[in-house]
Amino acid sequence: MSKLTIPVRKFDAVIVGAGGSGLRAAIQLSEAGLKTAVLSKVFPTRSHTVAAQGGVSASLGNSEEDHWHWHMYDTVKGSDWLGDQDAIEYMCRKAPEVVVELEHFGMPFDRTDEGKIYQRPFGGHMSNFGEKPVRRACAAADRTGHAMLHALYQRNVRANTQFFVEWMALDLIRDDSGQVLGVIALEMETGEVVAFHAKATIFATGGAGRIFYSSTNAFINTGDGLGMAARAGIPLEDMEFWQFHPTGVAGAGVLITEGVRGEGGILRNSANERFMERYAPNAKDLASRDVVSRAMVTEINEGRGCGPNKDFVLLDITHLDPATIMKRLPGIREISIQFAGIDPIKAPIPVVPTCHYQMGGVPTNYKGQVVAPDGTPVRGFYAAGEVACASVHGANRLGTNSLLDLLVFGKASGDSVIEDVQSGAIGLKELPENFADFTMARLKRLNTQTGGADVNETRLELQRTMQKHCGVFRFKDMLVDGVAKIVEIEKAVARTEIKDKSQVWNTARVEALELDNLIEVAKATMVSAEARKESRGAHVRDDAPDTAANPNGRDDVNWHKHTLWQREGNGLSYKPVIMTPLSVESIALKTRSY
Amino acid sequence: MATSTMQFKIYRYDPDKDNAPYMQDISVEVDFALDRKLLDILTRLKAKDDTLSYRRSCREGICGSDAMNINGKNGLACLTDIKDLKQPVVLRPLPGLPVIRDLIVDMTQFFKQYHSIKPYLINEGPRPDRERLQSPDEREELNGLYECILCACCSTSCPSFWWNPDKFVGPAGLLNAYRFIADTRDQATNERLDDLEDPYRLFRCHSIMNCVDVCPKNLNPTRAIGKIKEMMVRRAI
Repeated sequence: MSKLTIPVRKFDAVIVGAGGSGLRAAIQLSEAGLKTAVLSKVFPTRSHTVAAQGGVSASLGNSEEDHWHWHMYDTVKGSDWLGDQDAIEYMCRKAPEVVVELEHFGMPFDRTDEGKIYQRPFGGHMSNFGEKPVRRACAAADRTGHAMLHALYQRNVRANTQFFVEWMALDLIRDDSGQVLGVIALEMETGEVVAFHAKATIFATGGAGRIFYSSTNAFINTGDGLGMAARAGIPLEDMEFWQFHPTGVAGAGVLITEGVRGEGGILRNSANERFMERYAPNAKDLASRDVVSRAMVTEINEGRGCGPNKDFVLLDITHLDPATIMKRLPGIREISIQFAGIDPIKAPIPVVPTCHYQMGGVPTNYKGQVVAPDGTPVRGFYAAGEVACASVHGANRLGTNSLLDLLVFGKASGDSVIEDVQSGAIGLKELPENFADFTMARLKRLNTQTGGADVNETRLELQRTMQKHCGVFRFKDMLVDGVAKIVEIEKAVARTEIKDKSQVWNTARVEALELDNLIEVAKATMVSAEARKESRGAHVRDDAPDTAANPNGRDDVNWHKHTLWQREGNGLSYKPVIMTPLSVESIALKTRSY
Repeated sequence: MATSTMQFKIYRYDPDKDNAPYMQDISVEVDFALDRKLLDILTRLKAKDDTLSYRRSCREGICGSDAMNINGKNGLACLTDIKDLKQPVVLRPLPGLPVIRDLIVDMTQFFKQYHSIKPYLINEGPRPDRERLQSPDEREELNGLYECILCACCSTSCPSFWWNPDKFVGPAGLLNAYRFIADTRDQATNERLDDLEDPYRLFRCHSIMNCVDVCPKNLNPTRAIGKIKEMMVRRAI
């Protein structure tokens, strides 16, 4: 047996990822005086939270009456009743507090005439338990994510948080009892591999939208936390549920916020018809994202798409006052000019549904603790944000609930760590012998592989397969084929070869290691989707049609439950949805319509 | 149909194997129907030669990762239209910062200057239950300031920053300093002005305005610097 030793650094807590949730957790830990390391593949303000546009939801009621209970109802309904109601109540009740806190940190929110935080309507957010759209999305123009990420980073500068910038975490360290003891990470600049040994490990690694060919997500969104968790034997929850955002720029995939429709934008087909009136007579263009995306694809499939290939629809804001566009949607105008070549003041924007968000993830409770299938916390392990599945988004996330998720569960996971560390519930356990062997073997394999598979081609093959076999509408036979194809692609991933062998800033190595994570997410997604024989939220399949017994194809008798995918043997198990909120009455199952 | 060959000259340096940096000539088949931006081309080149190294992430001009020197001018690869580029397209790392590898520079000094201006809201008053009020007009003052993406295009195009990167805050840092000075919620205006009233930190700006010329977000650091100077004069009288 070779004895591989690597440097070990000790901390109270290590946070992996410095986007919204990682930075929010870091504020808690730094201000509480815990010795904390925050690892990030990119400089913190380059994390993908920066690209969020439209807003962060909170029932502040700054422009009209609102209530956290209405927000909770909308979120449960948006989730198609797959969200856990304890976590949803927790998030919606906490929303005003964390958004006000963010304002106190310096977030430059837009303002109402009275000087309060400006709020705009957003898809699926309604007043009085689903009656009519309500202004709940707190916005900084259409750059809310950018303003929020910078404000959170700035607060961390003030708190003297210790960052390890351009470090990529490679694997979790877990001992025989299952306790998590930190991560092994690679410094990109030097190629050095170091163990971050910690009492508590928080995953805030974001999503994996790059498993799809067409995605609003950044290059860095490769599901690193999911890959690490899966390899360490942690199951992944509800991975079949992926949100396709209705309005990605056709061809480029770049996001156009739902806030455009919140400000009055309208979707039109080739007949110039406002087609959402047919699909969602009440909420129209502000129906939930899964509903709007399916309506758009149906319009395109039925020949009412626009352009020479009839393969997109139009997002029209030409009827809005140009001053409103310049004030509330300046970033969207920039993006449209840059990536669609049109000025939305003068012409409508070509848009198509584009992969955007992962509802599933590492299973956690509402305190941000990672949980085993029976609900007991995995000692030393916490997760927040898109990597986590609390589950507040269930089968479909409402717009603006993702930024809220980052704030609420970033803070909650931080508070849980503080409690567990200060009470002595978790301490610095000794590292197992040979803890680094698995990771070092992966790196060695990559350095010595010859005659292997090309990283770029293999990743493209994976992305095209996911796009074709697991998209907005899903088909039984395509899903079965998709599982077979992904299993085949996995073999190529296991023998990827890189030409770059440099120790200095080796991006080829990073991309190969990212592909190791993407494949785990792709398997989890395809296998979970093939198995779920119903339509719910963002998961809609041809063999689960809309019937009187199963409205919208939803089968509550057999499928009102969370999926748990295990890497070992692609195994599946299920666990019940938590229907009991913390203080209010359960929101009972009901047919979902907008 | 719309394909053609484009010529590139790219700065290459891997300290692990190269004794010295060199310029590599590369030609690449471009499909103008698919490739709109310089980053699309870099992605193509990297697919063929995985040793080519550069930073990138959001590919939509909001994360600030892929700043580089393009035909002599700093810009973001993801926002640069290839159709407008004169050939051969010369790509170099951002000037004035140490090169780590190829188009990747060490940004430590740049962030040090950003951190030096205390880039966070300072308000030691009691925290209200609700948001601190700010009128739409007061909030308007932050426009053109808070949108900075810290890409470093401006500071690394500034001769004053090249000569004194350790002493001159640089346009990005000063723009951000003014972002907090201009915020009605911030209570540290005097301390912030004191900190900048220094022959180097602020006054090395000679209004050359390279920063304005290159900013990919169309921000105006020179204007922000002028406002800071104005406030210093006003408080002196």
